[in-house]
Amino acid sequence: SQHFSNLRQHFSFPSIFIYGHTSSGKTYVMQTLLSTLQLPHVFVNCVEYFTSRLLLEEILIKLQSCSGTEQTSPVRCDSLNDFVRLFKQAVASQELQDQTLYIVLDRAEQLREMEANILPAFLRLQELTDTNVTVVLLSEIVWELFRPNTGCFEPFTIYFPDYSIGHLQKILTQNHPPEYSADFYAAYINILLGVFYMVCRDLKELRHLAALNFAKYCEPVVRGEANERDTRKLWKNIEPHLKKAMQTVYLREISSSQWERLQHDGGEPGQLKGLSAHTHVELPYYSKFLLIAAYLASYNPVRTDKRFFLKHHGKIRKTNFMKKHEKTSNHLLGPKPFPLDRLLAILYSIVDERVAPTANIFSQITSLVTLQLLSMVGQNDQLDGPRYKCTVSLDFIRAVAR
Amino acid sequence: MPWCFHICIDECSLCLQKIQEDLNKQLLENLVGFLSRSHSDFQEKTTEWTCRMKFREIPTAALVLGVNVTDHDLTFRGLSGILQDNITPYVALLEAKDCPGIKNLMQKLMGQLMKCDIDVDSLEDEDCVQVSQNRIRCSMSSLISWYESVKKVCCCKKRNSSSRHWQSPPVVVIFKDMESFTTKVLQDFIVISSQHIHELPLVLIFGIATSPMIIHRLLPHSVSSLLCIELFQSLSCKEHLSTIIDKLLLTSQFPFKVGEKVLQVLINIFLYHDFSVQNFIKGFQLCIVEHFYSQPLSVLCCQLVDTKKRACSLSHDQCENIRKLPSFRRYVEKQESGRQVALLTNDSFLKEETVKLLEDLHVYHENYVLILRCLHVFTSSLPKYPLGKQIRELHCACLENRVWETEEYESSLQLARMLNKTDLVTMLQQCVEILMSSSGKEFDKTSEKLKEFLTQFQNLEASQEQDMSVLSQKELQKKTDLYHLQKTLLELKESRRSKKLTKFEMLRFEVVDYIDSLVRKYLIPADDRTLHEVVYFNTASVLREHLNAAPRTALHTALNNPHWYLKCDGGGISNKAPDICIAYKLHLECGRLINLVDWLEAFSTVVMAAEEPNADAASSDQVDDTIHARFIRAISELELLGFIKPSKQKTDHVARLTWGGC
Repeated sequence: SQHFSNLRQHFSFPSIFIYGHTSSGKTYVMQTLLSTLQLPHVFVNCVEYFTSRLLLEEILIKLQSCSGTEQTSPVRCDSLNDFVRLFKQAVASQELQDQTLYIVLDRAEQLREMEANILPAFLRLQELTDTNVTVVLLSEIVWELFRPNTGCFEPFTIYFPDYSIGHLQKILTQNHPPEYSADFYAAYINILLGVFYMVCRDLKELRHLAALNFAKYCEPVVRGEANERDTRKLWKNIEPHLKKAMQTVYLREISSSQWERLQHDGGEPGQLKGLSAHTHVELPYYSKFLLIAAYLASYNPVRTDKRFFLKHHGKIRKTNFMKKHEKTSNHLLGPKPFPLDRLLAILYSIVDERVAPTANIFSQITSLVTLQLLSMVGQNDQLDGPRYKCTVSLDFIRAVAR
Repeated sequence: MPWCFHICIDECSLCLQKIQEDLNKQLLENLVGFLSRSHSDFQEKTTEWTCRMKFREIPTAALVLGVNVTDHDLTFRGLSGILQDNITPYVALLEAKDCPGIKNLMQKLMGQLMKCDIDVDSLEDEDCVQVSQNRIRCSMSSLISWYESVKKVCCCKKRNSSSRHWQSPPVVVIFKDMESFTTKVLQDFIVISSQHIHELPLVLIFGIATSPMIIHRLLPHSVSSLLCIELFQSLSCKEHLSTIIDKLLLTSQFPFKVGEKVLQVLINIFLYHDFSVQNFIKGFQLCIVEHFYSQPLSVLCCQLVDTKKRACSLSHDQCENIRKLPSFRRYVEKQESGRQVALLTNDSFLKEETVKLLEDLHVYHENYVLILRCLHVFTSSLPKYPLGKQIRELHCACLENRVWETEEYESSLQLARMLNKTDLVTMLQQCVEILMSSSGKEFDKTSEKLKEFLTQFQNLEASQEQDMSVLSQKELQKKTDLYHLQKTLLELKESRRSKKLTKFEMLRFEVVDYIDSLVRKYLIPADDRTLHEVVYFNTASVLREHLNAAPRTALHTALNNPHWYLKCDGGGISNKAPDICIAYKLHLECGRLINLVDWLEAFSTVVMAAEEPNADAASSDQVDDTIHARFIRAISELELLGFIKPSKQKTDHVARLTWGGC
């Protein structure tokens, strides 16, 4: 990171690309660096400003307040051409010519989804505007996935490696609560990492989990059953609790506030059902049959229909070779599209009584599509035979069929 | 008679509104509790260590509402109303169809939020927050600055008027149909708003129709970890329906009634097709409309107090209508000859009699409902529910025919005779409660009788305890080996067959017989009552026609059998039928691919048969231009209706889209 501390008047490298995994400190390092060195900079998140116009305008607005002037006025900037012009003006009026201006674009992978000229233009903004500016792109993916087909200016790439377990330990321990000693908290973090490091290396998430479960860890100490050095006892107390947390609150099966309330009341986490526990969906009678018919149509090949759904289908020919082939494939290949008429034909044969093809049946198909239990394949005209796919799993259909 | 109709339908909708409000109360209260908790935590203790350390998640309520999507609208409207009254003026309702992209979502969101703000402010003359709508940058930062400004205004106002909202009310965003939103939009929105949660206290509500699993399916862990999701479940739609039937049909306060077949149609549509309570209600309202439209005597379908007035003002024609009613005729036949003549000739006598009969009918209803509930207490706890678990099933069974003549009733009585004492006592207590709740004096005696049974049961308890102890002692002694046990059991069985019934069993028989007598007395099907046509709507076929639309069948009938609709002379497709019918009939005989030339040939042959057969054109190969044009038109009409489409396999062929081809 010495690149930034160059002499301020010198022109810096036009664009820098920084990448690394989630929460490896890219944004944090950039922000602290720029603010402690008091470098003029603009920090923009590309997810938040989802169109190029918003993004460009936001940069210009932030630029106005860059050198201390408080009030900002709305800017109108429709194209990159305007941007270059307005940018030059802004730099001149803010008197920033004599030092390097930094534009940091966080979550830069979003730039790829904007107009094709945006990314290459940002990469050579220095050349285009003829000002002392450096664009820093922060992203979680590698540069190779950015490079446009037409070629562009190659930025200077820097890789932020993941934190090792030792790093995580150190960072997490730094923010210990004021009531307890750092050593005590460090021991806690050790246990926490022992449980969670396998599944989660996200610093933010780990810190969140540490805060959620610390009260439970302190419990024996607060009640006077153990002192702060009694690590074994504390470990015994917290370890099953953390494991449970990994299955519930970490997966967002139950919310963190519910988790805290549970801890507070001393209840068992078992009594609170997670989101995945509510899998049962109650469906109207014919919807159930429609869904079953759709499932059958999606996973059975067409030629077996006659065999399965006709009363007088003749002999079932034993074709061992074919059967073996089918058994391995059908569920692994996923659902296949089927036309509406096939669905209805299967429906008529699996429902005992006669089903009138009323508008209600058809609207049920549509509502199954809106519920995402079926999906429409190919958005073409409704008139020539719409095709559907069944998107539910075998377990779900079993529950429905029961 | 428009006014009676209006009264009736107004009463109905008023009643329904009340039911709806009561039903969702619990759910809405829970939600409001959650919302008020959601951001207050952070406002109170921002300095605490855990709060600083914890990642600030967006509070999210996952609202599972069931698959009856048509009903959700009402729930959400109620919800946003309550939120606006109690928690925050800033509520936005988003629908998936309005938000194909994040940009549209933001636009919609800001539009709704800022408009609601203007609504609040329009009462006063403060215009400082009003921003010109067309030039708002649609981004989170402008939303935040808007929020800051309204918060300031709110604070100023708060000093002079005590507001129900708090200092910084949360902004509630409701996603009505979570399933239909695209993953990208949701993810982006959540990521953006989680970055600004400190400045903009946002609360999300996901409306979920299927199961909460959909959250995990739509959102990856990196996004769902930004949320703090709590689950709320609404009342199931079946329970909802039960309450509505209970409050709307099983009361005597509401004059209009539906017959068994009609009710069955409505319930079937509900259970088989859509689970939609709204549709059920609409069907019910349609019944009211249809009844008042088709039944001239519906004038008399009103509250009891008005009956006399209405009956007196009947015209002669209307009196004749009464005389024509089948149920009234049956009634007349049973009378002595003098009264018969009076009823059939004297209008004023008839009117008096009508009032009396209608009063009888009203009393019958009151009694019917009470006894029905009592019977339901019994039948709903029997194993396998021979008469159905829900009261609606019992109601249908009773309306259909004499319930005591059915096999199911017989078997449920059998089962009731085997109930144990504690169950029986609790049931009797429930029945007493039901009967006591009525205002009429009809059942004073009955409830007395039931109470008597209860005391008898209590007396039994004392005497039976002695028996029990003796018996158990005996059994303990005999507990030796399997052989002996078998023997004793066999003996017991023998003895039970021959033994005289115990006191308890006697009493139980008595109770069941008494209930049976009540049923026979009061649960007479409505069809047997005189003048039932006045209040009962019974033409299920009309309702079925209206509610069960069958477009394919209708289309087929129209094309295959045009005189059904055209009302002209019938019998097969003649050459006088419309062109499209001829073309349709011909295409039914073809396979999947139809050769257009052959089709045209056949078409022209049929059509030409209609024109003068002696014309020369028939002999020539050339098809007449007019006929050609007519054919083309018929074909394109069929294509529009979705029967055929041009095929890419063969150029001069079209493909059939309907099956059933040979």
